Amino acid sequence: MNVQLASHLNSLLASFILLTAFGLVVQRRMNALLHLFAWQGFFLAVSTAIVGYLGGAHDLYISSILTLAIKVVLLPYILHRLIVKLKIHKEVETVVNIPATMLMGIVLVIFSYHLTAPIRELSTLVTRSTLAVALATVMLGFLMMITRKHAVTQIIGFLAMENGLLFAATSATYGMPLVVELGVALDLLIAAFIFGMFFFHISTTFDSLDVDQMARLKEED
Amino acid sequence: MNIDPFIVEVFQVAVLLIVAPLFTGWIKMLKCWFQGRTSPSLFQPWRDILKLFTKDVTLAENASWIFRFTPYLVFGVSVIAGGIIPVLSMDLPLSATADVIALVALFSIARFFTALAGMDIGTAFGGMGASREMTIASLAEPAMLMAVFAVSLVGKSTSLSQMAIVISQGHSLLRPSLAFALLAFILITLAETGRIPVDNPATHLELTMIHEAMILEYSGRHLALIEWASMMKLFLFAVLGIASFFPWGIPRNGELFAVAVALPVLLFKLAGIGVVLVLIETGLAKMRIFRITEFLGSAFLFATIGMLSYFMLE
Amino acid sequence: MLLSPISIISSSFAVLLLVLALTPFLRLNQRLLINVGFFLATIASFFAAVAGFWSLADGMTTQIILPIGLPDLPFHLRIDLLSGYFLAVVGLLAFFVSIYSIGYVKGFLGQRSVTHLLVFYVLFLAGMLLVVLADDALFFLIAWEMMAASSYFLVLYEDERVENRRAAFLYLVVAHVGAIAILLSFGVLAGLTTGFSGFQNYTFDAMRAAHLPPELATLAFLLAFVGFSAKAGVIPLHIWLPEAHPVAPSNVSALMSGVMLKTAIYGIVRIVFDLIHTFPWWWGAMVLVFGLVSAVMGVLYALMQHDLKRLLAYHSVENIGIILIGIGLAMIFTSFNMSLLAALALIAGLYHTLNHAMFKGLLFMGAGSVLHATHERNMEDMGGLIRFMPWTAVFFLIGCISISALPPFNGFVSEWLTYQAFLLSPALPSPLLNLMIPLGAALLALTSALAAACFVKAFGVTFLGHHRGHHGGRIHEAKWSMRLGMLLAALACFGLGIFPTYMIRWMDPLAEKMVGGKIAASASGLGWMWLTPIAAERASYSAPLAFIGILAVVIATYLLLHARPGAIHRAPLWDCGFEKVTSRMQYTATSFAMPLRRIFGFLFSIKEHVRQFPPAPHPAFPDRLHYHLRVRDRFWTWMYQPVIDVSFWLSRRIGRMQQGRIQIYLIYSFVTILVLLIFT
Repeated sequence: MNVQLASHLNSLLASFILLTAFGLVVQRRMNALLHLFAWQGFFLAVSTAIVGYLGGAHDLYISSILTLAIKVVLLPYILHRLIVKLKIHKEVETVVNIPATMLMGIVLVIFSYHLTAPIRELSTLVTRSTLAVALATVMLGFLMMITRKHAVTQIIGFLAMENGLLFAATSATYGMPLVVELGVALDLLIAAFIFGMFFFHISTTFDSLDVDQMARLKEED
Repeated sequence: MNIDPFIVEVFQVAVLLIVAPLFTGWIKMLKCWFQGRTSPSLFQPWRDILKLFTKDVTLAENASWIFRFTPYLVFGVSVIAGGIIPVLSMDLPLSATADVIALVALFSIARFFTALAGMDIGTAFGGMGASREMTIASLAEPAMLMAVFAVSLVGKSTSLSQMAIVISQGHSLLRPSLAFALLAFILITLAETGRIPVDNPATHLELTMIHEAMILEYSGRHLALIEWASMMKLFLFAVLGIASFFPWGIPRNGELFAVAVALPVLLFKLAGIGVVLVLIETGLAKMRIFRITEFLGSAFLFATIGMLSYFMLE
Repeated sequence: MLLSPISIISSSFAVLLLVLALTPFLRLNQRLLINVGFFLATIASFFAAVAGFWSLADGMTTQIILPIGLPDLPFHLRIDLLSGYFLAVVGLLAFFVSIYSIGYVKGFLGQRSVTHLLVFYVLFLAGMLLVVLADDALFFLIAWEMMAASSYFLVLYEDERVENRRAAFLYLVVAHVGAIAILLSFGVLAGLTTGFSGFQNYTFDAMRAAHLPPELATLAFLLAFVGFSAKAGVIPLHIWLPEAHPVAPSNVSALMSGVMLKTAIYGIVRIVFDLIHTFPWWWGAMVLVFGLVSAVMGVLYALMQHDLKRLLAYHSVENIGIILIGIGLAMIFTSFNMSLLAALALIAGLYHTLNHAMFKGLLFMGAGSVLHATHERNMEDMGGLIRFMPWTAVFFLIGCISISALPPFNGFVSEWLTYQAFLLSPALPSPLLNLMIPLGAALLALTSALAAACFVKAFGVTFLGHHRGHHGGRIHEAKWSMRLGMLLAALACFGLGIFPTYMIRWMDPLAEKMVGGKIAASASGLGWMWLTPIAAERASYSAPLAFIGILAVVIATYLLLHARPGAIHRAPLWDCGFEKVTSRMQYTATSFAMPLRRIFGFLFSIKEHVRQFPPAPHPAFPDRLHYHLRVRDRFWTWMYQPVIDVSFWLSRRIGRMQQGRIQIYLIYSFVTILVLLIFT
C-alpha cells in the first residue's frame, strides 16, 4: 500500500487512540475501562506497525508485537484477575463529575496541540501531526490518575500514560532503540506484579481500595 | 435529459410525505424481528394516520389558538425542511433557503410551538413534557453545532448542497473528523427524534414520556398531522445524515436517469439506517433524565474531537 | 441646507424642550399633560430616528460647535455614520415606547403625580440622544451623567417601597463607578498621550489623531471597557440590572433595557474602532470571553427567575453578551487585517443591537401591560391570560420568538450572522484561536437554546393554561395606545427578520468606515431575498421564502382538511382520565426550570428545602408541604460583599477624624495652612 494511504490510516488510528484516552477518563464501569485500555493498546500496536512500514524501521514490528502481547493480552488479563480476586465492585467514583472532567480533557488536548506546534514545524517525518495526540494521551492518562478514587484505575492511568509515551516516540523519531523498548516492557511487567502485591496488602489493611482511605495514614496533630 | 428542478423538488416532497411513515413501519418491523415477535405490516403507520384523519377532533375547553395552530405549523416546517435537504438532487430551487444552521432553527421553532401547545392545556403532563423537551434540546444544541462545525470544516461551507458536493468528491472514509462528527450526529439524532435511550416513542407512562406528554391532548386530524410530522422528522434526520456523510448517489443535477437511480439508492440507504437504529434501540435501555446530560455531553465530546482532529491531523 | 440630519435632530431637541416648557402650565390637568407630553416625545423620537437613518444612508458627517459650556471648552457635536446608526436605534424604540406610554402612564393617574415621570422621561431621552452625538470628552460625560441621573429618578418613581430605593441606590453607585472609569479612560486618551498642556485634546478629533503607545492604549481600553461594561451590564458588573429594571415603570424599563444599554455598546465601538484604531488580538479575545460568559450566565440566571421583569432584565445581560461576541470577533479579525470577516462580525453585532432594542422593548411593553392589568409581577400567580388579553399575548409571543432566535423573525438573522462569523474563524492564522473559538460557538448555541427554553416558560406560565391567581374576570386587555406601540414594535421585529439584505445594505458604509470591509454586495449576491454573507456556496438563508413556504403549506393543509365539514367538539380536559384538574396542578415557573436548575445549579448558590407541615401521621401520606427555594447570585458574595465590607471599614477608619470638637477642626485648618506655606 502506498505512503498516502498508510499515513491516512495512521491519522485515523491516532484519532481512535485519542478517543480511547477520553473514554478512559469518563467511563465509569471497571470492565469497560479494561476493554478500552485493551483497545488502546491494539490501536497503538497497529499504528506502530504502520510507522515501521512508513519509516523503514523494521524493529518497530517487534515492538508492535510486544505491545500487542503485553498491553492487549497480558496486562488486561492480570488486572481482570485482580479485580475478580479482590471482589472490587464495578462502578468507579470520581473526584469531579463527568462533564467537568470531559471539559478539562478538551482543554488539555488543545493545550498539548499548542505546545507541540514548534516541533511540528521543524520535523520532517510523515507522522509529525500525531505528536499532539501522543502528548494529549499522556496528559489524559495523568488526568485519569488525578480524578479517580480507586487504586486500580490509577494504575490504568499510569499505563495509559506509558501508551502515550510510546506513541510519542514513534511519532517523533520513528521509535526508540529496541533495547530501550524491551527494558520498558520488562519494567511494566514487574510494575504490574508489584502493584498486584501492594493491592492485596492495601485491601487487607483498609478493607477497601478507595485511595481516600489512605488519607488516614497522615500524621494527626 | 434534464428535468426541471421544480419537478424534482415536488417529486422529492412527495417521496418525503409517502416514504416517511413507511420508514417508521420498517423500523417497527425490524424491532419486532430482533425481539422475536410478529411484526405489523409495513403500511400500518399509514393506516393509523388515515384513520386519525377521519376522526373528529375533541378540543379541551380552555385550548387556545396556539393549540390548534401548532399541528399545522409543525407539519409545514417538516415539509419545507424536506424541500431543502438534498435528497434526490443537489440542485433544488429551495436549497438556498436555509443552510444547516437555519435548518436546525426551523426544527427549533416547531419544537417551541409544540412545547407551548403542551403548556396551553394546563395539565401537569403538558408542562412536564415541555420542560423536559426544552432541557434536552438545550443540551443537544451545542453538540449539534459542533458536529455542524466539524462537517463544515471539511465541506468548506454550511450550505447542504455544497457540503454534499464537496464530500462526495473527496475520500472521506478515512477522515477522522467526519467519523467523529458522524458518531456525534447519531447520538444527537437519537435525542432530537425522541428514540431510546433518550425517550421512548411507544410509552405513555408519566415517568418516561417526553414527546408524548406534550401531545397527549391532541386528537383527530391534529394528532394525525403531528404524528406524520414526527415520522417526517425522523426521516429528515436520516436523510440529513446521508446528505452530510454518505452523499454518493445523490445526483448533481436533475438528469432523468440519475434521479431515477437515486430513489432506489435512497431506499437502500434508509433500510441500512433502519437496521443500525434498531440495533441501538434494542441494545440500550432508556436512560434516567439526568443521565441524558452525560449522553449529550459525550456527543459534544465526539464532535469536539472531530473538530480538533481536523486541525491536528488533517 | 435647510433639511439635513443636523437640522432634524435639532428640531427633535426643540420639541423636547417644548415639552419641558409646557409642563409647568399643564401639570394641573394630568391627563392632558400625559397626552400632550408623550405625543410630543413621540414626534421628537421620530425626528431622531429619521435623522439617524438619513445620516447613515447618505454617509454624511456634520460637526457643529455649541457655544455653551465652559470657557475654552465649548461643546462639540458630531453626527456621523456611527452616531447616525445609534440615533436610529434610540429614536425608533423611543418612538414605539412613547406611543405606548400614552396609555401606560395613565395607569398611574390618581395614585401619584406623573409630572416628574414625564420630565425625567424627556431628560432621559435627551441624554441618550446627546451621548451618541457628543464629540468631545466633556460633553460626552455631561450627557452620560444626565442619562444616568434622570434614569435614577425614573427608577425611583415608586419610592415608597424600600427595595425600590435600594435598587435605585445600587444602580446609582455602579453607574458612577463606571463613569469614573470612563473619565479616567478619556484622561489617558486625551491627557497622557498629548501632554497636559492645552485643553484642545479633549475633543474626539484630537484623540483620533493622537499617536498612542501600546501600553497607554491598553490602559485606556481597559478603563473604557470596565466603565462601559458597568453600564451595559456585562458580568460581573451586572448586579444592578436585575434590581433596577424591574422596579422602574415598564415604559422606562423598555427604554433602559432597549437603548440605554446600547449607549454603552456605542461607547465601546467608538473608542475601540474609531479613537484607538490599531490594537492587538487579545483585546478582541477578552471582549469575546466576557461576551460569552455574560451570555451563558445571563440566560442561566434568567431561567431561575419567576418575576417576569427580572427574567427579562437577565435576558438583557445575555443579549449584551451576544452583541459583545460579535464585536469581539470583529476586533479579532481586524487585528489580523481580515476586513471582510471583520465587517461581517461587526454587522452581526450591531444588527443584534437594533434587534434587541426592538424585541426587548416589545417584551417589556408586554410585561407592562400584564402588570397594568393584574398588578402582579410574579409569574406563579398568573396563567391563562391569553383569554383575557389576546392581543398582548400575540405581541408578547412575537417578542418571545424573536428573542429565542427563531426564524423568520429578527433575532435569528443576527444570531445566524454571528454563527457565520464564528464558522469563518478557521481562516485565522493563529492555531490556538482556531481551536478555542469553535468552543465559543458551541456556548452561543447553548445560550440560544436555553433562551428558547426560558421563553417557553415565560410565555407558557404567564399566558397559557389555567389562571393560578385570584383575579378572575377583572383582567382586561391593554389600552389601544399600548397595543399600538406593541404592534409597531412587533412589525419592526418582523420586518427586520424578513428584509435583512436591505438592512445590511444600509449598514454597510458603517462597517466600511469602522473596519474597512463591505459585505453588502456579497450579502445580496443572489438577489434581495437571499442573505448570503460571504458567498452563495458558503451559506445562504432566505427568510421571505421560508416564511412564505411554511405559510403556504399551513394554509393548503388547513383548506384541504376543512374541505369536509369536520366537527370540532369542545370537552373538558382529558388529562389521562384525571377528573379534578385544578389550576394548582399545572407546572409553575419554578418546576419548569427544575431540570435545568439541577444540571446547571453548580453555578449558583441554591438552597432548596422541603418540609412536611404540619407533621403528618405517616410520611408516605403528606398532608401539606412547605417548599422553600432560594437562588442567590454568587457574584454578590464573591465580589460585592467584600467590596462593601472594605468600604465600610475604610469609612469607619476615616470617620475617626470627625471628633466633634471645634478645637480639633481648627487644628486641622491650621496644620493645612502651615503645610501650604512651607511647601509652596
